Amino acid sequence: MISLSIEKIGVVAQGINNWPEASALLQGEDDYQGGELPPLKPSMLKPNERRRTTRTIKIALQAAEEALQGFTGSESLASVFSSSEGDLDIIDQICLALTEEGRPVSPTQFHNSVHNAPAGYWSIGAGARQGSSSLGGLNGSFAAGLMEAAVQSVVEQIPVLLVCYDQPPPELLKSFMPITEPFAVAMLLNGESDSPLARLNLNTRTDGSESQLSKPALEKLRQSAPSTRSLPMLQAIARHQSAEITLPYLPGLNLQVELQPC
Amino acid sequence: MTPLSITHFTLTNALGCGKQASLEALRTGRSGLQPCDLENVDLATWIGRVDDLEEMPLEGRLADYDCRNNRLAQLGLQQDDFLPAVEQAVQRYGADRIGVFIGTSTSGIATTEAAYRTRDDRGLPAEFTPRFTHNIASSSHFVRHSLGLNGAAIAISTACSSSAKVFAAAYRYIMAGVCDAAIVGGVDSLCLTTLYGFNALDLVSAEPCRPWDAQRNGINIGEGAGFALLEKPQSGDSCPSLIGYGESSDAHHMSTPHPEGAGARHAMQQALQRAALETADIDYINLHGTATRSNDASEDSAVCGLFGDQTPCSSTKGFTGHTLGAAGITESIFALLCLQNGLLPQSLQTRQQDETLNANIVLDPQQRELRHVLSNSFGFGGNNCSLIFGATA
Repeated sequence: MISLSIEKIGVVAQGINNWPEASALLQGEDDYQGGELPPLKPSMLKPNERRRTTRTIKIALQAAEEALQGFTGSESLASVFSSSEGDLDIIDQICLALTEEGRPVSPTQFHNSVHNAPAGYWSIGAGARQGSSSLGGLNGSFAAGLMEAAVQSVVEQIPVLLVCYDQPPPELLKSFMPITEPFAVAMLLNGESDSPLARLNLNTRTDGSESQLSKPALEKLRQSAPSTRSLPMLQAIARHQSAEITLPYLPGLNLQVELQPC
Repeated sequence: MTPLSITHFTLTNALGCGKQASLEALRTGRSGLQPCDLENVDLATWIGRVDDLEEMPLEGRLADYDCRNNRLAQLGLQQDDFLPAVEQAVQRYGADRIGVFIGTSTSGIATTEAAYRTRDDRGLPAEFTPRFTHNIASSSHFVRHSLGLNGAAIAISTACSSSAKVFAAAYRYIMAGVCDAAIVGGVDSLCLTTLYGFNALDLVSAEPCRPWDAQRNGINIGEGAGFALLEKPQSGDSCPSLIGYGESSDAHHMSTPHPEGAGARHAMQQALQRAALETADIDYINLHGTATRSNDASEDSAVCGLFGDQTPCSSTKGFTGHTLGAAGITESIFALLCLQNGLLPQSLQTRQQDETLNANIVLDPQQRELRHVLSNSFGFGGNNCSLIFGATA
């Protein structure tokens, strides 16, 4: 079992600008209404770097930025970035370019095509020189990222930033990848914490089925992307409720989260 | 840190299948590079290609995973009696207590490239199944499924440091008690994305790459797979071990390394600290050494700034090409072979060392007892990992 704390949270989704708005929605009586995605303008990037980045990089950075608001010491944080598909706009554009005469692949797109591009821009923006891991795990991407960040935090005894993010695929890839909503969630995790939002115990288990949400539109949102699988955890934190949450992790293996509000 | 024993390991790359092919090549200076003859590619460059992957489809229960990258992973797993070693480990620990930690940069993207080539008015072909091929997690799910394991697993994709970082991740999962033993590995395969992408950045050489050479002008892309079994040390173990790791970020630029190699130096320092070693204890450094002008200059500055200019160093990219997401595991296993066989491998194709670079580059292979070897892997995004291996625990 791994035990750790969540200290801070950032969320970006359609109709959800930040964690306080997500928290209000998850506590309230009303179901999710959707809406517009907030403008993605992470301020940590210089204008010339922001121009080179994509909607996938920006949504990840925006959630990270919110989670670290008011936190001093971002430059000393280790980080874990998790995304099932990475930047599909770039993959699409590169694969299209590869079918054209002369294979005109854009050099900027190529260096942004690495799975760790959002992590790279985050480390540049935050001046963070510690280690950073980027992962992918299909629908288990949030659980895999949470597990990796938790293990890093507990074994190395350091705070770790976790960011899990998705953008829906461009047209050609749409029917092949089950991501319908843009979403990003960021969490600052720490083994020991003076002011936690919640305490977590993590275990793997082979039985059980993934936790669902009772409201239909929120449940639909939960199923819309790998990163939205975090919503049952976010709901328990928003409602200050103890909860046993089962997250999809790997074929035949779930991640069980025992959550205690603080 | 507590050392971890590396009880079995295997690798496959342009030098051949299995450890013996790589060891023989490192001893004799045989390169695996060849002029680029990959289908659908017309670039004047050299590549490190694994033969006959086109004729090795995955079948039966693994058929869904069929793509060049997973074929290469499967070919790699089948060498050096690695499969029986995993079976024995399963008997000792249980299939749910062995973690799988795989690094890859582009996974099976060649399948997606092919789907785009054959698209029609209705879009991409219906039989395109990226979750089993292109997705980063395809590599770790494939290895876990192929080996019949059902414990924790992770697919790390941090460009060219991916399969070095798997050692650090596995160490932490074992220390945290998430698993008792670990399969670490990496696999990356040739594709148009990386060949034309690096070409667009003007980083692909038209000749066999020449790390640290005054005339160096870029990389050759290679492919490879490697796997290792990591266990807690038992008394009397005579196998090599992981004794240190360091991970850092440059926080400088997406595709250009920090000019003085500050991030690289930080990773090497952390690795030394974890191993409780001084710089003088390192007998050989396997450089990242990609043979681009800026990478080698940055790494030279980092290595010489920390170690001085005496520690023997070489880049083995001239043997295999740059295997990208598999570079970490490939060169880690080179380090283990060198420790076991007392070999200082040469920096193949380095004819005349760049006068502005000061590292002590090994130009001819030498026999010498080695105790500790450091291996560097650095990637786009400024992602760095250094590992230290010991001759024994």
